[in-house]
Formats: sequence, structure tokens, C-alpha cells
Amino acid sequence: MISTRSVVLPVAALAAILFFPNPSNSQEQKPTPDASGQAAPQGQEKPKAQEDPFAPQPAPPLPPGMMGSDVNDPRAKLKPGMYDAGEIAKGLRHVAFVKKPSAFQLQATSADDPSVQKMLGQMGVGTTELQKMPKTLQVVIAQLAFANSDFAFQGNHLFQGNFYGVNIYDISNPAKTSLLTSMVCPGGQGDVSVYGNLMFMSVEMPNGRIDCGSQGFPPEPAPEPGKEKERRLPVAQKDRFRGVRIFDISDIKSPKQVAAVQTCRGSHTHTLVVDPNDKENVYIYVSGTSFVRQPEELAGCSGEGPEKDPNTALFRIDVIKVPVAHPDQAGIVSHPRVFIDPRSGVINGLNNGGSHGKGEEKPRDTDQCHDITVYSAIGLAAGACSGNGLLLDVRDPVNPKRVDAVNDPNYSYWHSASFSNDGSKVVFTDEWGGGLGARCRANDPNKWGADAIFNLKDEKLSFANYYKLPAAQGDTENCVAHNGSLIPVPGRDIEVQAWYQGGVSIMDFTDPTHPQEIAYFDRGPIDPKMLVLGGDWSAYWYNGAIYGSEIARGLDVFELTPTDLLTQNEIDAAKAVQVKELNVQNQQKLEWPSKLVVAKAYVDQLERSKALPANEVASLRKAIRDAEKSHLKGKHLAKLSAMSSEVEASAASAKTAADASRLQALGAILKHPVA
Amino acid sequence: MAGALPYFGSTPYQAHAQKASGPAVVQPGAPGEPTKALPPDAHATLPPISRADVDFMQGMIMHHSQAVEMTALIKSHTENKDVRAIGAKISSSQADEIRMMQRWLAARGQAISMEKSGAREMPGMPDMDMSGSAMPPMPGMLTREQMKALEKARGAEFDRLFLSGMIQHHGGALVMVKDLFSSAGAGQDAEIFDFATDVDNSQRAEIKIMQKLLEELH
Repeated sequence: MISTRSVVLPVAALAAILFFPNPSNSQEQKPTPDASGQAAPQGQEKPKAQEDPFAPQPAPPLPPGMMGSDVNDPRAKLKPGMYDAGEIAKGLRHVAFVKKPSAFQLQATSADDPSVQKMLGQMGVGTTELQKMPKTLQVVIAQLAFANSDFAFQGNHLFQGNFYGVNIYDISNPAKTSLLTSMVCPGGQGDVSVYGNLMFMSVEMPNGRIDCGSQGFPPEPAPEPGKEKERRLPVAQKDRFRGVRIFDISDIKSPKQVAAVQTCRGSHTHTLVVDPNDKENVYIYVSGTSFVRQPEELAGCSGEGPEKDPNTALFRIDVIKVPVAHPDQAGIVSHPRVFIDPRSGVINGLNNGGSHGKGEEKPRDTDQCHDITVYSAIGLAAGACSGNGLLLDVRDPVNPKRVDAVNDPNYSYWHSASFSNDGSKVVFTDEWGGGLGARCRANDPNKWGADAIFNLKDEKLSFANYYKLPAAQGDTENCVAHNGSLIPVPGRDIEVQAWYQGGVSIMDFTDPTHPQEIAYFDRGPIDPKMLVLGGDWSAYWYNGAIYGSEIARGLDVFELTPTDLLTQNEIDAAKAVQVKELNVQNQQKLEWPSKLVVAKAYVDQLERSKALPANEVASLRKAIRDAEKSHLKGKHLAKLSAMSSEVEASAASAKTAADASRLQALGAILKHPVA
Repeated sequence: MAGALPYFGSTPYQAHAQKASGPAVVQPGAPGEPTKALPPDAHATLPPISRADVDFMQGMIMHHSQAVEMTALIKSHTENKDVRAIGAKISSSQADEIRMMQRWLAARGQAISMEKSGAREMPGMPDMDMSGSAMPPMPGMLTREQMKALEKARGAEFDRLFLSGMIQHHGGALVMVKDLFSSAGAGQDAEIFDFATDVDNSQRAEIKIMQKLLEELH
């Protein structure tokens, strides 16, 4: 999330309806949003004097040759509401919703609570005005300052980052997810990772304090007459914190801060990196996207261009080394210049500003990474770095080296990345509009703000296709491609992904040129008349359930349900993969147990793709069923083993590589199934 | 708090023993310091908005307005496709941002322009400039003479004046962002932080593009 355009935050929204000074100066003409909730049609702009700054702006017409999203999708028109919005799902069951904890909200969420009126009173809203205010607006209380952000998982614990701290939930029974700990520690965005007893958290904003205080820093007091230009308070603050915090979470109800590593640009996101050859340390890749602070506050920080200062804090990432036994000794060990031109040595070698002709979208330099996904099993990382997508060799984790870089004429801001499990594909996301804008409207091109799926071979990326949420969303719903994770269905590449107020979409990209949606969940907009920030920041699969981090509302839990595009066997096979920890940007290789449930998933897929004739599918299913009934004993086991060679042999004549792999994997399980 | 805008403060947290059963609400200390318990019914608080935040938003509206004025000349003054393209981007993004800044100010009970900042008395803002005197122009803004020269120029001369003027103008925006983050207690509001960060990133990129275009003109 990076820009603040076309968005209204709820508290702001309600006050503003009452307050926006009408340029006509008529106090009686308080601007009221259009009753229809629709923006003015193209070419019929309202006269400026009556313009309502809170009304959403209409989407410009589709550029020639571009397609938009489907307005006839049932997700396109759901009932709005904060906690009572219309919901719709396909292939997913919404099993739990947990409201954002009160410690992370300004005040109560009921309009009748006196504290709501008190707060509004502090903002200057009088009793008369309050009576005119719709109740629904009064209860919409959330702000970017309290936005939920990314997830990490460990055992039965879910860690939900927030601009204001971290909330920790017990997910031992996902349908009964319950809050364990609200840890107040503001500074945004609160991107979070876990490793053993350690929890890491990103901080980038100037209100971040080393002591987790929520008071920020005092503003300059009013100047005395004649001394307006004098600055009396120091800007540099030794107690300010921007960087990566490290907590000991041995006591899950009372995390303790053990280290706080300061960086020049703070930490917008970070990535946990575990070197397979180094058990003593873990590493943190820090992506800073914000302003460089002054050297008086942190020595050595320079925000100059590379021409002026070769030691600029721009055009680099930061690497923190964390000794696992002594996390208090964590510190920065390198500042890799991942944008360098290796021939000339110029450190802004990927500066691509202006190469993307894209209408009204603002250009971006490549002087920062937004997020990096490391896949240590293949020694590579995919960097989503503002103006480019990068491929990094991370076999030496302290000194990542760029091996490839791509850009794309339809991409605005390279935001995040994930690998397919076999490392043959990378899915990048484009956070067009910064996540705060409505970018899934019928007139928003489906190649903009979309996933871009690349093939990866011999350390080279090549574009395959785009995938965007197929359902059109309203003009008060912030929506664009955002964070997702793989669902471990064997034999297929499936990603569950958050699209802010576009909801959750599950995409199959096994064939990268033909990505296909196979399941979804969506809610109506928070508000029908103005864009109120909300929706899913992240949607990740963890040990059998899908969790959605809803920015304004809280936490959602989903389960997959079978459809013609995903069978119960495939769901069960996905559930057979259990991990101890999940930090999505530290991607782990998925491995399936040699269980018959996994074999059944492959058989379903081979039936779906018609790689096996119906009679063979039937006899395989019967043999598997018999073996299960006999608890993998005797002649039934021998029968499976006998069938395995036949299955493996047919891999050679399979029409697609995906089917060939499925047949081989199926054969291997049939040969040596385990209980 | 003198000079502070109204904000949703509540009483400071006090340590209370947690109920064993309910969720814990805690606040860690600095590294090595203990974590303290907060009352289970604690609500969130925000740091105050500073005068520098309001000045930045009001000043940036004025600053952006001149950029929109400059781009409005393009259609009748030049046929250069590159200048037209960058001008269209600047016009559309800055017009959009002006609305965003107006909303930000309005939602906080602030005047949307500096000229009007004395016109409304807002609670908690006793220190606003009530003089109504014209505020100084923002960094990088073109002088009246520069604007006149731009209006008179056509074709390649316009392109040159437009690009050099807009580079100067954008450079001023970077100065304004730097000043914002160099003011005590400023930029702590999440929206203003994100917005100022975005201005810095995108205008840096636009300056590079315009410098390249300007070189190509020579």
C-alpha cells in the first residue's frame, strides 16, 4: 500500500460530510452524497460549487483494445455494510469472522456508545449535526492508522500485523479462532514474520517509538509572534524507531522486545531468509520505500541521488543478520545494490522511469524493492521492486545478486511475488493505485492492477499471461492484486489471493497462459457512497484453512468446499501437507506424503483432463479403495504396485507436462503407499 | 496541547493485572525493558496532528494547483507528443491529489486553502494564523513572470519553458516533503505519511523523465 488517492477513511468520512466547507459559503447546503451512490456519468461533471469531494470519481473510459471485468458476475453488486454487508462465495465456506480488537480501534463500534459522540464532539461535530448523521456512518470507525496488514503463522498461532501493533490468535480450531494477545506497538505497516521464539515486525512511519509508545512525538508548539521561522524542537529523535523490531514470543501472552534494528528508510516490508547452510543465524531482507531520514537521527543516512552521493540509502535493500541464540546482537550486515548495472557499475542501473506509457498512471523509479519472496530451496528470490520484477541469486544470502530483471508495459508498481512449487513460474502482482483506489471497476483494464505470470527457466523470466479478479467491483471498493499464497493441491499450481474489497480469489495457474479462477469469496463495499478503506490485505492457506486479513473489519476464516473445479480428494490432499511455521515470503518447498489420499487427488485430475480413459480411472479408484479397506495389506497392496508401472509408463505419452508429472507421482505413491 | 489539532485522545494507559482467561492487551518496552499489561478495555490513541501537517496539505494544494494550471496550457501551446503525455499524467494525478488533500483537511475541520485558514475557528486550533494575509508561495512555484513567459511561448520554446518550469516546480515539492518530515512531530498521521511518500517517489520519477525530454530538445 503506497499511495493515498481516491480514498476516505471512515472517521474522516463522517466528519467530512458535515464539515466540508462549501465554496458557495451557504451553510445550509451541506454536501450530501448522491442518493443513488453512483458517480456522475462521464462528461456530466457537476458544477464545481456543488462538488462533493467524497463522491467517488468515475472510471475513465477503457483504452482502445482493453477489456474490463465482468459486471454480470454476482460479486459485482453486493449489499454494502461494515458488519452486515452482503456476502457471496463459490468453493469456499466462511467459517469464522473475528472483529478487530477494541485495543486497535479508537472507540466503540456502536453508534449508541457515548464515546462515539464524545469523539465526534472533539472533532467539532455539534449535537444538531450529529442528529443528522446516518447511524451507519457513525459506527464506521477505522483508520489507516489501525489497518490490519500481513499474516505469519506458527503452530496453533496466527500473527496478524496491524499499523498499530500485532494481534495473536489461537487457531487450534480454525472455526473457533480466538484472540490471545493484542500487542500495542504502533509505526506501520506491521508486516510480521515468526521464527522459533522470535517475531519480526516492520516499522516505517515517523510515529514509531523504540519503546512501542503510541504517543508519537510532540509537534512544534505555536510560535511566539515574530519568531515564526525559529525551530525549537529537534527533529532528530533518539527514541524514534524505523526499521525491524525483534520480539521474544516464548510467552505468547506477553511478547518482549529484544532488539530493534534501525534503517535509513524504515521497513515497509521484510522477508525472513533462512540459509540452509547456516543454522546459527537467520537473515532479514528489508524493503524500505519511504523517505530517508536525516543523518542527525541515524548516522550515515543519505537521501541524495547516486550522482551526488554513492552511499545513498536509495537504490538498495538492507540485510539484517540475526544470531538465533543472541537476537539482541542483530544488526545490518550488507546493503546489496540490487539495481546496479554490472557493466558500468552505475547503482541506478534499472532506472526505467518513463518507459511505460500508461495514460494517467504516475511513473515510478526503481530505487526500492517493495517486497521480496525468497525460495531458498532453488536458491532464488523474486523481487517486486517498484518499476521492475527482479530475479536474485540468494545462495549467498548476505550478498544477493541480480540474475534477471523484467518490466511490463501494463505494470504500474511491482508489488509482490510468489513462485510455483516447482520453481518453473513466478506470479508477480501490480499494485496499481497503491491499494487505496478502486481499480477493478468495469472500465479498469484487466491487464492493469493484475497478476502477471512469468515462466522461469535457466534463471530467465518470460511473460505468459495476466490474471485479474474476473468480477467487476464498485467505485467505492478499493481493489487491486494483493498478497496470496500457494494452496498445496498436488499436481496443480493454485494460489489463493487477496484483492482488498474485491475479496478473495483462488486461481489455478498450472497452465500459465490460461490462468483460471476456481473459487472466491466477496463482500459488498463498506460504504455505497464513498470509498472507505477496507478489504483483504492478505489471504493465505495454512494447514487446512484459509485466513483473510481484513483491513477494517478483522479476521476471516474459510474452508475449501468441493466443486467441479476442485474435488474433495484434492482438498484432502492439500490438508495432508502440514507445516510448523508459515512466513509466505520465505517460501518453503511443499512435499506431499505418499498417502493414498494424494493418489486419489491425482486420479481426479487425470479424469478431469481426460489423460486416462474412464475404465482405467474406475479400476484405479477400486484398487485404491480396496487397499484402504484392507489397511494397506496383502494382495490389495500388490495390486496397487502392479498398476503403478502401467501408470508410470503412460506418462511418456501424456499430452501435457502437467499430466505426465501427475502420472509419475501417482505411480510412485501406488508403489509405496503409506498409511 | 498547544498547537495541536483535535485528536481522539483518551487517558494514558495504566498497568492493570490481566484477567487470566481473557485476551491479553500488552505494550512492550524498549529492547531489554519489560512488557507492561494494559487494561483489557483499552482503546487506541493517535499522536496529534501537527501544524506542519496542515501547512503541508494547504500549501501543497496551492502548489499542485499551479501545476494543473501549467498543464492546462499544453493543449493550445504545443504539439509535442512527449510533453503532452507527461502533462496529461501530471494533470490527472495532481488534480486527483488535490481532492484527496481537500478531503483530508475537511475531515479534520481545517480550511482547505491557506487564504481561508483564518476564516473558520476550529476547536483546538487557537494558534491558526488569523491575519488572513497572503501566505508566501511554496518552494519551486513559478513566479508571475515565469508564468507569463510560459503563457506567451509556443512550440519548442513552450516545451523548454514547460519542462524546465515543471522540473523546478517538482523540485519544490520534494523540498516540501523534506520540510514536512524535518518538522518536529509531523508526518505521523498514516494518510499524510503515505501521501507525502508517494509525492516524493512519483515526482522524483517524473523529474527524471522531464530531464530526459529536455535534453532531447537541445
